[in-house]
Amino acid sequence: MFKKILIANRGEIACRVIKTARRMGIATVAVYSDADARAPFVRMADEAVHIGPPPAAESYLLADKIIEAAKQTGAEAIHPGYGFLSERASFVEQLEKEGLVFIGPPASAIAAMGDKIESKRLAKEAGVNTVPGSPDAIADTEEALQWANEIGYPVMMKASAGGGGKGMRLAWNDTDVREGFEATQREGKNSFGDDRVFIEKFIEDPRHIEIQILGDKHGTILYLNERECSIQRRHQKVVEEAPSPFVTPEMRRAMGEQAVALSRAVDYHSAGTVELIVSGADKSGQSFYFLEMNTRLQVEHPVTEAITGIDLVEQMIRVAAGEKLDMRQEDIGIDGWAIENRVYAEDPYRGFLPSIGRLVHYDPPVEPWASDGAKNDTRGIDGIRVDDGVMDGGEVSMFYDPMIAKLVTWGETRDAAADLQVAALDAFRIEGVGHNVDFLSAIMQHPRFRSGELTTGFIAEEYPEGFEGAAASDELKRGLAAIGGVIATVDADRARRIDQRLGGRVAPPGDWTVRIDGQDYAVTLGESDIEVDGREVALEMEYTPGDRVVAVTLDEEELTIQLKPTTTGYAVTTRGRTHRLRILPTHVAHLAEHMIEKVPPDTSKMLICPMPGLLVKLHVTEGEEVQPGQPLATVEAMKMENILRAEKGGTIATINAGEGDSLAVDEVILELE
Amino acid sequence: MSANIAEMERRREAARIGGGEKRIEAQHAKGKLTARERLDVLLDFGSFEELDTYVEHDCTDFGMDEQRIPGDGVVTGSGTINGRLVFVFSQDFTVFGGSLSKRHAEKICKVMDMAMKVGAPVIGLNDSGGARIQEGVASLGGYAEVFQRNVLASGVVPQISLIMGPCAGGAVYSPAMTDFIFMVKDSSYMFVTGPDVVKTVTNEVVTQEELGGAVTHTTKTSVADVAFENDIETLLATRNFFDFLPLSNREEVPERPTSDKWDRAEPSLDTLIPDNANQPYDMHEVIRKVLDEGDFFEVQPAHAANIICGFGRIEGRTVGVVANQPMVLAGVLDIASSKKAARFVRFCDAFEIPILTFVDVPGFLPGTAQEHNGIIKHGAKLLFAYAEATVPKITVITRKAYGGAYDVMASKHLRGDLNYAWPTAEIAVMGAKGAVEIIFRQDRDDPEKIAEKTKEYEDRFANPFVAAQRGYIDEVIYPHSTRRRIALGLRKLRGKQLENPWKKHDNIPL
Repeated sequence: MFKKILIANRGEIACRVIKTARRMGIATVAVYSDADARAPFVRMADEAVHIGPPPAAESYLLADKIIEAAKQTGAEAIHPGYGFLSERASFVEQLEKEGLVFIGPPASAIAAMGDKIESKRLAKEAGVNTVPGSPDAIADTEEALQWANEIGYPVMMKASAGGGGKGMRLAWNDTDVREGFEATQREGKNSFGDDRVFIEKFIEDPRHIEIQILGDKHGTILYLNERECSIQRRHQKVVEEAPSPFVTPEMRRAMGEQAVALSRAVDYHSAGTVELIVSGADKSGQSFYFLEMNTRLQVEHPVTEAITGIDLVEQMIRVAAGEKLDMRQEDIGIDGWAIENRVYAEDPYRGFLPSIGRLVHYDPPVEPWASDGAKNDTRGIDGIRVDDGVMDGGEVSMFYDPMIAKLVTWGETRDAAADLQVAALDAFRIEGVGHNVDFLSAIMQHPRFRSGELTTGFIAEEYPEGFEGAAASDELKRGLAAIGGVIATVDADRARRIDQRLGGRVAPPGDWTVRIDGQDYAVTLGESDIEVDGREVALEMEYTPGDRVVAVTLDEEELTIQLKPTTTGYAVTTRGRTHRLRILPTHVAHLAEHMIEKVPPDTSKMLICPMPGLLVKLHVTEGEEVQPGQPLATVEAMKMENILRAEKGGTIATINAGEGDSLAVDEVILELE
Repeated sequence: MSANIAEMERRREAARIGGGEKRIEAQHAKGKLTARERLDVLLDFGSFEELDTYVEHDCTDFGMDEQRIPGDGVVTGSGTINGRLVFVFSQDFTVFGGSLSKRHAEKICKVMDMAMKVGAPVIGLNDSGGARIQEGVASLGGYAEVFQRNVLASGVVPQISLIMGPCAGGAVYSPAMTDFIFMVKDSSYMFVTGPDVVKTVTNEVVTQEELGGAVTHTTKTSVADVAFENDIETLLATRNFFDFLPLSNREEVPERPTSDKWDRAEPSLDTLIPDNANQPYDMHEVIRKVLDEGDFFEVQPAHAANIICGFGRIEGRTVGVVANQPMVLAGVLDIASSKKAARFVRFCDAFEIPILTFVDVPGFLPGTAQEHNGIIKHGAKLLFAYAEATVPKITVITRKAYGGAYDVMASKHLRGDLNYAWPTAEIAVMGAKGAVEIIFRQDRDDPEKIAEKTKEYEDRFANPFVAAQRGYIDEVIYPHSTRRRIALGLRKLRGKQLENPWKKHDNIPL
């Protein structure tokens, strides 16, 4: 076994590898850029080597620097994590030349699977299902009908250069093909100057399901069940789970065996993933097709670990060291259900714009990288596992992926794992950067998610207008009103314990009017009971003034709430939504009726900076006429240039910022007349 | 007997109704509460005890003898906020537009005199059309009587003004001399001369809101401290604010229980200061993480934001916080920020409120705008205020403390009691680049040499130890231990005794 390994990566995955290496008694070396000098993975490693400035191209992607660091520290092997150099065949070859071991698959397998056409060809040869389609361009409607019938409806007629909905036509029957084929050809010609059209099977209700592969250098290749990652936003996975609610044992075996066959075809060893697209419309489970093979450890590997109890990083290291896999296919079982949510520094309330900056408060629901020993340390504490690469007072940097943490829960059933997610997300405290915790909680509670009827279109279909917080039941709001009453009473009671009083201590008010979403709730606190609108609420909570995360028992259900004081109450966040509670003593509340609701200023005539960033370009000058959709300014954030456009036409009245200015979120860049 | 009681009830009812239902409705329609309703929100429920309920004006001119309303446009008395005594006056816009008559002024003077005698704060709720013109000079005299009491009470009892409607002409000078002014957005304004006169005299066209609204006064002019959305928010915030203030200069700061541990460590502060010295960070984070429960009441948050002033608590006892804000103008001292902080420091000193100062200051702002507007005199105000203050003073330098601004910001030399520095502190005459350009002027065309010398200067001075070696810094501390250090320091300074030489009063550069 190795004595020392180097991790050519950063963030949570570097921590992940270090955790296992440490348990195996292997010393670890981290490499880091300037931006990561204070990052947790650097502290976690036994040694750390600085390799360059923040941009990945000048640090984490420099093979030479990393090899130099390995030699300098005496590391024998390198774990690449995911991303960066993990799927670069030339890096693996270079390591071999230098006498270093790559903790991952052989270079040849990486190269073969990295080529889209080559990998499809290999898959077909290995007997893996691929999406049925015509191999060449189709000449005319008659030929199109032949192909369509051979493939089976529905089919997609696709212009060779088509994409994004253009030059693509769906056909459900012969009539559709007859009517549409020539039109597709014409569209291809007109739009792209290329009238070649192919026909391909159209996958209805597509689901993303993948098979985890693990092989050694002695010819053993196993499949470690599937993961479903259908919940995606713009092809970025958000929620992953294992097993999949769609997969039957037969289907699992069929998918697994095909994945193993493909891996065998490229002499695979180490961990890998065969990604498949599955038609949710075909309940027989036979419509699954090869998409691609990822020749590395996946971000979502923890869900597989949690249901199998197999530490994938440990197995990768053992395989790389030449050990034989200490398990057989029949040993691989499924125990319970695991769900992973990716907590991103993205603001769902602002169209998922990336958010960067300092984590002013960061407090995950359980200690990250800790374990109660369950199932080979793969399930965290009480079924909640936090894999993260940040810390309280740390930074979400513009240079790298905006993932803050992976929250993995395990339960006996899918519902239990999802319930645990909701509870854990409620207790996840993140302040300083925008994050998607509310959004993840909303998905976990969503009836369609619970039903298991997932497709890759889930987010687009369920949140077509964007996200405005999870739906809250009337019962929950009543409960929150009661909670508001208790908190206000405790606060008032403490305030009345100030010294220098005129007389004895005055009792705090017992009657409160709590307003949530425009609705008033009358809360009365009795000796030992709490009533909301005359009905008793079963509420138990311990709250001390100043608490920001409070555990309550409401109607015998445990609930964690997060509090933020406002001028007239609290913003209470729980169950995927922030509720602004206006809490007034009843005698004040009736006077508050006279207050005039203020209409927020018309922001449609302002260009407001949607995220913190650098104003790199102003496209207009004062007095200029602009049309709707015209670019007004370019703001750089997270290394991304975001072009901000005019919502309405008009004349530029004032410009409040200059090129090169650092802008805060909500800063008004310019105003239109 | 019962007839007498009935008469009293009848008269009380007449007083309570003020200017009548119609005017009350008009007041409500503007989103404003009545004078009495406001006191119901401000004071502990049922604690208000009214005085001079039946006072009426004595004017007979212009038919005024026909119009008498008990109370004469102002409700006065006392009550409690969370049990502590406060004297109040609340102008009633439904009665003669809240205009100030001689008797109206006398009522205000009576509660102010009481407050001074017993040592309790005064909160004035202003909602008045101005002088009672029918009374002429008697009304003007009334204003002056109030002004005189404002001045005598200054530094004896805290005075808070809530501007909840018009406050124009001579009337503005009473709030102007109180300690803090809160305004209600969209329904209050203060100016010496209104838009009509402004137009006649200077031809400027300006709305009331632009000329003297809550936003104008809390951002541009600094006349007011905080603007709130409506009456209810203003009054509830005032309750919270009141809990920070001592009752008078004869009393200690109030203390209320807290569960926040005095020695709570904040490891996240160890990573607050960015690697790059030119990168800003939010000083509010330090303040909130050091104070009890993260509770900080900021005054003038929207004006001169390059310096932060406000109240918080340590171990339940009030402290005043002054801090440079690197997020705004790099935390530089300029005219506006010097004036803002100087007035705040003097308030704290007058009422024995210990002062915590967090320093990250690159110096004074250069430029003709500053020099020609008298940064010398204005900057001296803050220096003066810190130097004369005898309350416990604890200073923490988080990063830069350059030049004269280092001296100003509650340095050891200005009788700072405990002066701490984080390891990231740099106490120097100026930044390394500027210093090297002066010391090695002859090499200014040799960038390599300049860079080398800059590095040398940085190594020598970009740390707290040069100052610590001289005893200008009492100790270099871990950022995470800042709260513990401050709490311990304040405990030890509870017995501090320090007096300035006897004088009639000082002569601060106004």
